[in-house]
Order: sequence, then C-alpha cells, then structure tokens
Amino acid sequence: MTSDTLTPMQRTLATLGHREPDRVPVFLPLTLHGAKELGLSIEQYFAEPGNVVEGQLRLLTKYGHDCIYGFFFAGLELMAWGGGVMFFDDGPPNAAAPVIHRPEDILDLVPPEVAETPCLLDVLSAQRMLKSEVGDDVPIIGVVISPFSLPVMQMGFDHYLDLMLETPHLFERLMALNEEFCVAWANAQLEAGATAIVYFDPVASPTIVPRQRYLETGHPVAMRTLARISGPTAVHFASGRCMSIIGDVIDTGAAVIGASTLDDLSSVKDACRTKVAVLGNMDAIQMRHWSQEAAESTVKASIAAAGKGGGFILSDIHGEIPWQVPDEVLVDIVSAAKRWGRYPLDWAH
Amino acid sequence: MAAKIPDLTPQSRQLEEALLTVDRVGLVALFAECTKSYSPLQVFEQVIGPALTRIGDAWERGEVALSEVYMASRLCEELVDSVAWPANSVRGDLPPIGLAVFEDYHMLGKRIVYAFLRAAGLEVADYGRAVADEVFEKVRGDGVQILLLSTLMLRSALRVRDLRSRFDAEGLDVKIIVGGAPYRFDPQLWQEVGADAMGRNGPDAIACVEAVVQRL
Repeated sequence: MTSDTLTPMQRTLATLGHREPDRVPVFLPLTLHGAKELGLSIEQYFAEPGNVVEGQLRLLTKYGHDCIYGFFFAGLELMAWGGGVMFFDDGPPNAAAPVIHRPEDILDLVPPEVAETPCLLDVLSAQRMLKSEVGDDVPIIGVVISPFSLPVMQMGFDHYLDLMLETPHLFERLMALNEEFCVAWANAQLEAGATAIVYFDPVASPTIVPRQRYLETGHPVAMRTLARISGPTAVHFASGRCMSIIGDVIDTGAAVIGASTLDDLSSVKDACRTKVAVLGNMDAIQMRHWSQEAAESTVKASIAAAGKGGGFILSDIHGEIPWQVPDEVLVDIVSAAKRWGRYPLDWAH
Repeated sequence: MAAKIPDLTPQSRQLEEALLTVDRVGLVALFAECTKSYSPLQVFEQVIGPALTRIGDAWERGEVALSEVYMASRLCEELVDSVAWPANSVRGDLPPIGLAVFEDYHMLGKRIVYAFLRAAGLEVADYGRAVADEVFEKVRGDGVQILLLSTLMLRSALRVRDLRSRFDAEGLDVKIIVGGAPYRFDPQLWQEVGADAMGRNGPDAIACVEAVVQRL
C-alpha cells in the first residue's frame, strides 16, 4: 500500500475543490469513543474540555482518519436554550424535555448568548486547544443544529410539525430567533479554530418534509443562515434522503452535502459533481456487526460509486458513530479506505 | 349466504387524497357520508385503514414525507374521535395493548402509531414516554399482553433486551413489537433484543399486532 503524501487538511481541501488528492479522505464522526480511550464515563468525559481534546487526539492517532470532530453531542444546544440532557453509560447524552411547552412561549423566548453559556464555552475551549495542537494539518469539524431542525428538541417533533403547518407566524418568529443563535454559534466555532461547520438539518430532508414545504420553510432559513456563516459548511440530513433537493442545497452555497443509504450514491454524486462535495454513505448503525470483509466491501462500494474525480469524503450517514461500534471495525474501515481509496481509482469502473 | 362486502375502494382513494392535501372540509364530508351508509368496522377496515396503509407504503418508497404521514394519521385520529362509536365497533378480540416511547422524548413515531391503531379500531393504553421500570410496572399492572415500543437511539433500542429478560424472569407472556430508526437501519436488531416483531411504519404496526395475537 502506498503511503499518504498529503496532510488530512491538504487532502480534504483538494477533494472539496473537486480534484483528486492522494486518496479519498475518511471522516469518522467519533464522539463517545474518546471517553473509552480515556477510561472515563461519558458524563465525566464531556464535563471537562481537556478530556475531549485528549480523546480526539488519541482517536486521530489510533485510527489515522482525516478529521478532528469538535462536536460534543446534539442535546448541548438544548442545554444552551435552558433544557437538560440525560447521560448514559453506553450512548450519547440525549435531549431531555422540551423547553417550549406551548406555541405562545415562542413570543417570550430569548436566544442564548454564546459568550455567556458555559456548555457552549466548553466546546469553544476544546476547539481552541485542538487547533493549537493540530494547526493547519487536520480539519476540525464544528457542528450546529440548523434553525429549522432545532425545534425538534426545543418543542418536540409532533408539536413542531403542528407549529410549522398551522401557526406560520410563530414558526417564522422561532426561525428568526434560531437563526440568530445558529449564526453566532457557528461563527464562534470558526473563530475558535473550527475549519468548517456541519449544518445538521434532518427536518429539511424529503424523508421528513416534502420538497415544496422545504422550499417554503427550511430552504429560505438555510439560505439566510449559511450566507452569514463565515466559513465552509456541510449540510447534513442525519440519514435522511437528499436526492430531490440537491439543487436547492447547492443554491445555499454549502460546500458539502451528506448522502444517505436511502439514496443511490452514484446518482447523488452525478447530481453534485463539481458543484458540491459528497459525504457518506456508511451506516454506523450497521457497523456494529461488520466483519473485516463487510467493512472492506462497503468502503469499496462507496468509493466506487462516488470517489472518481474527487469531491467525495467517506463517512457515516448519521453524524455520530455509536458507542457499540467496535474499535476493530473502525480500524478496518480506515485500512480499507487507504487501500481502495488511492487515486486514480483505476480499479473502479 | 354471507352478506356481500361492499367495495369501498373509491371512498378510500378519495380519503387518501383528502388526507395528503389536508382537505379538512372534504374529509369530514366524505367521512360523514361513509358512516351514514356503512358500519364503523367497515369504515375502519375498508376506507381509513387502506388509505393510511397506502400513505405509509408511499413513505417507505420515498414518495411522501413523514410530515404527511403524521398529518394523515392525526386527521384520521380526529375523525375517529369525532363520533361516538357503538361499543361493538372496537375490536373485542384482542388482549390489552400498551404503547410507549422507550427512554426518549421523541414522541412523533409513537403518536403516528397510536393514531393508526386507533383508526383501525384498536383500544390502546398510551403510556407516553417511559423508562424500563415504568414500562414494566404498567405492563404488569394493566395485564398488557402486547407492548409496542418506539425508540430513536440505538442505545434505547438495545435496552429492550433488558426489558424482555425481565418479563421472562417474571413469567409474563408479553409480546413486544418494536419500531423506530435503529430497527429500520439494522433489520436484524429486533430479533437481537428478543422482540416478537418489528413494525416499519403505522400500517406495519397494525399487521404486527394481528400477527403476534396468533402466537399468544
């Protein structure tokens, strides 16, 4: 196997520029595995930014993948808005009860100030330390939950759909508040050292709302929000379909789009080619069971479908690798990517 | 000679269209017409049920969105709740059924399944969000024999295994039907945790209930 000739940052930038680097970049969105590395409970691990820094650096060395994941857990944004999270020994901290109990509560809602919110400051502190460790060699990925998708945690999915469909003026008010927070939170991460921001927007997926509804709601939100984020963005649907809205996502100015296993990866790549890079499409829920052969065949299939011409980052579709995925599987994935992702991919016809 | 079963397919197609376009006026009118001419069970089984099944199947194929499935199920639930059904319209051949969101706050999937079950004439005890101890006590207290559990996270999906063990240890013959994203992405997961069936969507949940009843 030929060794790498580029740094993870050089490799990633080349592929985002729709050129073929030395090999396909591999992003493992690892959060909880850092706690394993340090022998800490998940709650202990996230209580101290230095733990996350140490965890991410150890994971980078151990697996040799191509990014630092400067993301703690999704429920952290609910904490910022006054909610809580539930910690577990074997899974991500999960968002607790909603903070918006009645639609009218939106009228009194005030977005959190990033600089005055301890849980957000912990993330920024970790990203700052990570940046000082890896410099410009490794991309650091920051994360925001989109203004359009955050209400699933803020008020509950069913009540949010009711709001979107039946109370447009309060929906618009909530979007305005969330947009202000999202832009401030994303830009704070970029200032702290994040290279790019993943804009998690699962509700925007055609799996969740029809395209026409997205064009009337989540799309203008994304257009306004992404335009104000001062760095490259990746729009991610957390395993939802994207095929029918790729053109709309391209219009937002996003640099990357997350593909699902529910879409045909080669068709996604064809629709994105030279306009937006594709991230995907390994299913981390299924990774728990993967043998070495399964890891290799899945990696090969993804690279064959989307690797040619650059513009492809091999990654998971959910945005987080579950605690239960064995270390050996992660090693096998990166090993297969380094073997089969070497450009010019002559084997992939 | 058995009574001829009326063909209500046209009404069901009309209902499906009204559900997907959220045509509340048309929906109420159609429903009133159906309930005037046919028995509640016929309306459940031949109009509402098939319409919701087609919508659920269309979601599986990526042709409609979850928000449309949700709205359709909610509208049907409203229709069902809008009339005083005679006692014999509820399925009396089924054992006690319970439904819960397992160790999570994401209620959407459970709400859709609840609406589908209600629209099909099934009586269901809705336990809302519940952790393992609460589910166990509710099931034991209510004598539930069919338990539907909705999960969002892999961790809570795996925790169903502990609940299964606890039912077995206590000698409770409870059939567990699971649903939710982890089971959809890992098709063998429901068997791994000792569930009796996995429902991919609302109509599937009804089919699962019918199937596990045969095994009680």
